[in-house]
Amino acid sequence: MKLDKSYDAINARKNEIIMNSMQIDYEKFELPGIGFDYEAMMNESGYSMEEMQKIQLDHGVGNTPLIELGNLTALARKYAPKGKGARILVKDEAANASGSFKARRASIAVQHAKKLGYKGVIAATSGNYGAAVAAQAAMQGLKCIVVQECYDDNKIGQPEILEKQRICEAYGAEVVQLTVGPELFTTHLSLLEDTGYFNASLYTPYGIAGVETLGYELAMQCRERFGKDPDAVVCTNAGGGNLTGTARGLIKAGALDTKIIGACIDLKGLHMASDKDFNRKSCTTGHTGFAMPFITWPDRSDTPRNAARVLRYMDELVTVKQGELFYITQAFAILEGYERGPAGNTSLTAAFALAQQMDENQILVVQETEYTSAGKHPMPQLTFAKKNGVEVLFGDPDDEIPGKNLIFPENPSLIKARSYDMTKARKSYIKNCVKNYSMTSATEEDIKFIMDEIKSDREFVVSELAERGVRTKTHSHGIL
Amino acid sequence: MDMAKKGDWVQIENVVLPAGSRAPQVPEDTQNCDLKLWVKGIAQEDGKIGENIEIVTATGRKTGGILVAINPRYIHDYGDFQPELLKVEMQLKEIMEGAEK
Repeated sequence: MKLDKSYDAINARKNEIIMNSMQIDYEKFELPGIGFDYEAMMNESGYSMEEMQKIQLDHGVGNTPLIELGNLTALARKYAPKGKGARILVKDEAANASGSFKARRASIAVQHAKKLGYKGVIAATSGNYGAAVAAQAAMQGLKCIVVQECYDDNKIGQPEILEKQRICEAYGAEVVQLTVGPELFTTHLSLLEDTGYFNASLYTPYGIAGVETLGYELAMQCRERFGKDPDAVVCTNAGGGNLTGTARGLIKAGALDTKIIGACIDLKGLHMASDKDFNRKSCTTGHTGFAMPFITWPDRSDTPRNAARVLRYMDELVTVKQGELFYITQAFAILEGYERGPAGNTSLTAAFALAQQMDENQILVVQETEYTSAGKHPMPQLTFAKKNGVEVLFGDPDDEIPGKNLIFPENPSLIKARSYDMTKARKSYIKNCVKNYSMTSATEEDIKFIMDEIKSDREFVVSELAERGVRTKTHSHGIL
Repeated sequence: MDMAKKGDWVQIENVVLPAGSRAPQVPEDTQNCDLKLWVKGIAQEDGKIGENIEIVTATGRKTGGILVAINPRYIHDYGDFQPELLKVEMQLKEIMEGAEK
């Protein structure tokens, strides 16, 4: 009998399709109440650090250079108070096969798919992850389909995404392209169902664990070179896997005092599912449009439980503007001799400002770069912005209005890392929790779970819950 | 050329969800658009642009849709020269050269 392929019918089969395409029994990690055992999920489905390093080294991934950016540091110090201006280092993740840190996730996911006997993998992504999965599938002998949100209604595509289509096809993958809209995930499910391929989701435990090697590696490189751990690591944050994996790797390396800072591009005001807004942004990843929903509610991904859970690890979150990002991308090429893709320089842009607040003997590591090419470069991205009516100006980036203009800083002193209120983010998480689980009461286990989820104390969680009318049950299951 | 021969590399288009039956959370402007899909593959039959055609994709998947392109070109490039980037370059050089004096 032919399957009903209507939107509703496919979505109704979601759980079954996800189970068949990943073979992770997420149910067994569920705890009574709202929580689940995150560490058990990461341990049971993940690989050891040594196993992951071996898989990655066998597939052109990892051991990327950690480069000190002397000139950018010198530039930052010009605008810093005396004695301030941390040493800025960057992990050149563009050196991975396929040109980004995403290869770390893809190498493990594809290896796992192969081990389980799948003939192919499917990933829903418009970003570097597509290239990473396609390249790893080519290396490891699996078929690959990449599902992209690519075009607006007039079949006008972001140059950055058109490049991702090209590179995926260069690695032999099939690329399914769609117009704007979250229904992409239904097409993704339908393809998983039709092909019986593995769901190489960005949010599986092995996908996130694959990034742990990055945090681990950079801690080791720092110790070898400076005899100490980095004082802070900045991670570009969108879906959360980059930051979560890196932070977990740092912890596994014993770098417990390293501050974890998330950075994203401020695209406030642009609706991510809007056909009109789609081509008015000048960066397609690393931005608040992905970051904020995922930070405050990770379980919106294409897996029942998302392994990327940023609030468990993040100490600080900062935003930068598009104009600042393009300025620093240009500075990275002109002053340091590294031409890299703009979106991957989000954390570098933040680091330029953050370094100015840190002591000059401190070490600030930017944990990624990405490849650059036609489409994925300031020139075509600015050309595209102008064609779509976005005004490109020099001035104060604080005046930038995403979708309307893009403001290059008049001079580097205007580049800022704007702190996002972490308490607000934690409150939003609790609000989403209460709403999504229709919570009216919370057990001790529920409270403990939320405390771990948002790195907060009991008092904060209980008072936030109380404010939303959620009663605290002091006795759960008769035991306290 | 608007005629594909069997065996040509082509791109097809499909409507996955027509306007009006989009997901409820989608904003109004997107509600008014079809959710469209494009994929490339080898034509399994001759066909004209605008006609329905069967293809086999790079993974060997059989599918079909409206023929929209034959040997589709990658249209992205390095764009137009952007004077703003040159201005940044000149500024950075000036600041850093000044630092050495």
